[in-house]
Amino acid sequence: MSTFRNIIQAITGTDEQPPRTCKKCGTEIPYSDYIANHCICPECGTYFRMRAVERLDATVDPGSFQEIDKKLRSKDPIKFPDYSQKLDKAEKASGLNEGVVCGTAQISGMDCGIFVMDSAFMMGSMGTVVGEKITRIIEKSTELHLPVIGFITSGGARMQEGIFSLMQMAKVSGAVKRHSEAGLLYIAVLTDPTTGGITASFAMQGDIIIAEPKALIGFAGQRVIEQTTGEKLPAGFQRAEFQLEHGFVDLIEERPRMTYTLAKLLKLHQAK
Amino acid sequence: MAETKTAYERVQAARNGKRPMGSYYIEHMIDDFVELHGDRRFGDDAAIVAGIGTLNRIPVTVIAMERGDTIEERMKRNFGCPEPEGYRKALRLMKEAEKFRRPIICFIGSSGAYCGIEAEERGQGLAIAENLYEMMGMKTPIISVVVGEGGSGGALALGVCDTAIMLENAVYSVISPEGCASILWKDSAKAPEAAEHLRLTSYDLLQFDVIEKLIPESGKTDREICSELKTVLLEEIQKLSALSPEALLEHRYAKFRKIGA
Repeated sequence: MSTFRNIIQAITGTDEQPPRTCKKCGTEIPYSDYIANHCICPECGTYFRMRAVERLDATVDPGSFQEIDKKLRSKDPIKFPDYSQKLDKAEKASGLNEGVVCGTAQISGMDCGIFVMDSAFMMGSMGTVVGEKITRIIEKSTELHLPVIGFITSGGARMQEGIFSLMQMAKVSGAVKRHSEAGLLYIAVLTDPTTGGITASFAMQGDIIIAEPKALIGFAGQRVIEQTTGEKLPAGFQRAEFQLEHGFVDLIEERPRMTYTLAKLLKLHQAK
Repeated sequence: MAETKTAYERVQAARNGKRPMGSYYIEHMIDDFVELHGDRRFGDDAAIVAGIGTLNRIPVTVIAMERGDTIEERMKRNFGCPEPEGYRKALRLMKEAEKFRRPIICFIGSSGAYCGIEAEERGQGLAIAENLYEMMGMKTPIISVVVGEGGSGGALALGVCDTAIMLENAVYSVISPEGCASILWKDSAKAPEAAEHLRLTSYDLLQFDVIEKLIPESGKTDREICSELKTVLLEEIQKLSALSPEALLEHRYAKFRKIGA
């Protein structure tokens, strides 16, 4: 049973999780089957976008996750129209205070810092709180001498916080740089979608970059490219397989094997 | 300082085809400039002009975005939108500057990193990410000057610095006002309204503590602005060069660390 069952219940407000419906083939999947199948459609193999709690549950050792900065909430630094209401709505819809969950945990008994972005909160976009939380867990990991695993999904920098969002790209990059200079491992796991300012910062700064199959990974939005160039985009453009072919990700790993692969890589970096 | 223009008027001023871009400042400020080309990986991107010269006899490395004046030059320079090779050339020459402990001056003015199929195939995101990462650890002073439009990640790729300067009518934003308006209101014609909301003017960024210096423009000729900028650059270079590499990096880290903390 899910170690995060309570959290998942808190998010949905019910004891019983409703079944999930596959957007691609329409199959209705009972929630227990959905979790047992790693949030993949058992009929057509489509990957659902995992919630942060589901990801943590599937990845870290039961009971090992210690969340930090859970209560940090975004302010409205440039008083952007309707942003406060949007934040309230995102909180209600996601059950989270922001688009990333951070903490320390163990994977196969090995300690690590971990951050998991959640696309249910404003598409996982990065404003000051997302930038600050990721910076803090990386800094904390540097201090505790821990590797960092980042599960990334994000539409990019959050427009509603203007220049403050853009500057988070530099801020997190600084923390990644210091963590790396301390001789520590950072694994970035890119999931659908990873785009914009996130691709142009910490998503592409991992010592090892893993992608989930078919995940959309890129800098510029597809519509923007079509509008700018007037060209039709090739099939599979900006998908994980495209990024592997062009040399930008180290490997594509299927979701059911992800934890195993992460544990193996952590172990290989521990060996003296 | 009095605000006399709307945000969108400043956006238009920043984009004005006659507004001086990187090459102008190199020509009027830098002596003995030697332009250096190429990323030694794939190609040379003319949207970024880079090289070494002197500023009042102090050797400096200059990395400048340039869109060109004539239509032929603009085609050649891709209207000032850098490809991954531009950012990689910039990084290569910044590393060369670091090796010789030479200050780096970046001139920023571009609607953004180029959004194209080939740019993606050659890792536009990675190129920017590597610049942010490496610039955070570059052991030589970096001063970035936004002289035109500071377009999002493509601008920040030359914007990780010790001192950030903006000309009065330059703008710096996470998204273009048009892009913002079309997401918010499905109507890019509402860009002027979006520009106000985005808080992208030099006055906004100075108030937010995102930049350190603002160079006033009103009532001045391009040459006068250039000369004032030169004075400020010299002061900053002197100040930053006095710091040890460790103190410099600590200062740079703290500058970005405090934003949204």
